[in-house]
Amino acid sequence: MSRRRTLAVARKEFLHILRDPRSLAMALAIPVLLLLLFGVALTLDVDRIPTLIYDADGSPQSRELIARFDGSRFFEVTGHTRRYGEIEPRIDAGRALLAVVIPPDFSSDLLAGRRPRLQLLVDGSDSNTASIALNYAVALLAQYELDVRAEAQNRRVGRILRPPVEARLRVWYNSELKSKNYVVPGLIAVILMIIAALLASLTIAREWETGTMEQLLATPLRPAEIIIGKMLAYFSIGVADTVTAILVGVFVFAVPFRGSAVAAGAACILFLTGALFWGILISAVARSQLLAYQIGMITSFLPAFLLSGFVFAIETMPRPIQLVTYLVPARYFITILKGVFLKGVGLGILAGDFALLAAYAALVFLVATRKLRQKVA
Amino acid sequence: MIRTKLLTRRFGPLTAVDRLDLEVSEGEIFGLVGPDGAGKTTTLRMLAGLIDPTEGEAIVAGFDVARHSEKVRDRIGYMAQRFGLYGDLTVEENMRFYADLFGTPAEEAARLMPELLRMTRMGPFRGRLARALSGGMKQKLALMCALLNRPSLLLLDEPTSGVDPLSRRDFWAILEELVSSGVTVLLTTAYLDEAERCHRVGLLYRGRLIRCAPPAELKREFVERGLAVRRVGARQPVRPERPSLEDVFIALVQEELGQQP
Amino acid sequence: MSRPPAAVVVDKLVKRFGDFVAVGGISCTVERGEIFGFLGPNGAGKSTTIRMLCGLLRPSAGAAWVAGFDVAGEPEQVRRHIGYMSQRFSLYDDLTVEENIDFFGGIYGVEAERLRRRKEYVLALADLGARRGTLTRLLPGGFKQRLALGCAVLHEPPILFLDEPTSGVDPIARRAFWDLIYELAAGGQTVLVTTHYMQEAEYCHRVALMYQGRFIALGPPAELERERGLDTLEEVFVTAIEAEEAAGR
Repeated sequence: MSRRRTLAVARKEFLHILRDPRSLAMALAIPVLLLLLFGVALTLDVDRIPTLIYDADGSPQSRELIARFDGSRFFEVTGHTRRYGEIEPRIDAGRALLAVVIPPDFSSDLLAGRRPRLQLLVDGSDSNTASIALNYAVALLAQYELDVRAEAQNRRVGRILRPPVEARLRVWYNSELKSKNYVVPGLIAVILMIIAALLASLTIAREWETGTMEQLLATPLRPAEIIIGKMLAYFSIGVADTVTAILVGVFVFAVPFRGSAVAAGAACILFLTGALFWGILISAVARSQLLAYQIGMITSFLPAFLLSGFVFAIETMPRPIQLVTYLVPARYFITILKGVFLKGVGLGILAGDFALLAAYAALVFLVATRKLRQKVA
Repeated sequence: MIRTKLLTRRFGPLTAVDRLDLEVSEGEIFGLVGPDGAGKTTTLRMLAGLIDPTEGEAIVAGFDVARHSEKVRDRIGYMAQRFGLYGDLTVEENMRFYADLFGTPAEEAARLMPELLRMTRMGPFRGRLARALSGGMKQKLALMCALLNRPSLLLLDEPTSGVDPLSRRDFWAILEELVSSGVTVLLTTAYLDEAERCHRVGLLYRGRLIRCAPPAELKREFVERGLAVRRVGARQPVRPERPSLEDVFIALVQEELGQQP
Repeated sequence: MSRPPAAVVVDKLVKRFGDFVAVGGISCTVERGEIFGFLGPNGAGKSTTIRMLCGLLRPSAGAAWVAGFDVAGEPEQVRRHIGYMSQRFSLYDDLTVEENIDFFGGIYGVEAERLRRRKEYVLALADLGARRGTLTRLLPGGFKQRLALGCAVLHEPPILFLDEPTSGVDPIARRAFWDLIYELAAGGQTVLVTTHYMQEAEYCHRVALMYQGRFIALGPPAELERERGLDTLEEVFVTAIEAEEAAGR
């Protein structure tokens, strides 16, 4: 390998990037845009669920229950109705996601020590949100029942009894249970993968299309020099994108950054290198920019989005698909990033993931060198 | 400088180059002449080590192209049909890039680049983006890039296609200057009028070399054998006393195919 | 203005793309039955001129009439009266010879009865009678080129534009193609053709040498050579460019 030839390719490639300001601007703006867009839209938190109340009882007990719904940060009472038949159209119109139906004998049952019956109607068209809303509601009702019983008992006994067991929930690492805290690290992986695939996958295909590849092959240039030279040029853009993405994550979305910057940097460098080699490999095989672009999108963006544990938890996937996720480098990268961002763990614990990222980059580089043809036909 | 023996290349069922025996000596301008699809580009690419022969062998600058293609590449200057320039790089940037690829020593490059720019009269355009050059200037730039390798053999694939006649004349003047300094040139062309300027031409038709001789000799053969050719718009074939190389080519191809003129 | 009787009249035609002047004020008149050539290197403005004359590009200034119609004002009428064949032979490779003819007959609006007659004529013209069912992809270059020409004249246009029609075919097929063009011209059709082959330009009745968007010489090839005491059109071209550049300086 000749350093001079490799750097010549890198310098030339860098000039291409600089001479095409529109693509350069896109390459630098897209990550920020995607991060802002997904960061806001992909919030998986469910709160302020619009709730409709049908109170047929109208007792102090039912009003107490309603007040609890209203006071919770998960629910927002958006309306009351006097007619049961009005509930359905309101849910259909999307004005309420949950309806709480309090029957006329609610307070009398409660006071008589019978378990009152309560109806919860939920809009199941988004099953995920629906089940979260139901869980919150059931938890709220359980607490309410517990409190009412304790109060009744207290009144009977004349002194204050506490419930025998009280569970206190504490969430570690993402204590506010904010989904953005794990969306943002995942997004960084997806964005780096897109950028790498988009930029790098076009580069050799473009040279085949314009006829410059033939000219390059007639020089002493070797495949490894072409690949590393091109990688170096796009690497600079990738680094700029990574830094912007992390800054946006930390300062705009206030994602905590607990771990070491060195670990994060090392992970980004390894992942970026592998992703760029992957893009170049596609480019070497595809020979046309259109095909390279399509293969790039399918093989980099989709797995990074769907199979990396970013949107869907890997543990809940069917077994065969779980096995496939081991081949997706974004999986290891996201594990590292989440570890570094949220847990502040160091290189020691994540060494396995680092090793796999490095192995991926090395393997793809080797395949690309062999696939980059040295002959015109 | 070049010697091929039964050089053959097939693409699937198509035989692009068919048992080619060719010899080009040092200091010669040799023209491989024929219509598109005759196998000119395939032959040139095999000689440059860019395509492997299916059968036969080719020795270029002392090395077998199939076995030592990198040694061959170190010794030749190759100019592809579409010039292989980067449109978004300047003249100088293109040249520096190729100098780096060829590993031209820095002092050597510093001496060679101004010399080439002077020879081609491209000095005033050294800072211009390659895509903003005229066809003739692109062709000169491509030639300069190939010459940065200080080759003893130049392989040029249709170097003057679509270029204006004045630039074409300049280009030939440069080639003749190079040849006088000891460089061997093999070029392909579809223009038969241009082929007249070569020292020797090889007439290629459907992958086969049907004649290989100096243009004047081919014309003499045409006249001496009383070959006839039909001109466009005429009903009867004629036997011109001063045939063009195109007349010769057509008469020889028709003879080869067993057709009447 | 009354309609000019000549097949094509070009009057100070200009085409600019931004700052770049592709065609810089050319004028000429082409008579019926004439074979008129535009000769010049790549980028001289030949294709731009042809495209303006076919009503595919709007002129920046000047005017041109084709078959009596104004190319800027009546491009639809112009297109109805011309045949156009481009350098890339716009045939469909995956259709057979006959399917291509039927398709082009359809888009030119040739009625069924006439199309049947014209199809036989085109098949005979292109010597493709025996290959009417062959996929176009499998035809040799020379046949493809003649089929493209045939498709361009299906609707019997009085004026035919050929943009680099013989690039990429061998000299024998090229001469056969020119025989066809002579045949069409003898039948009263006007042919305008662009080329960068000097030898091909010799076949034209009259030729305009184009350089940097302008005509630097115009006339019958033999006359251009004789006037200057030169042997070939190439020499004429070189002399004309040199004269042009000397005048420019």
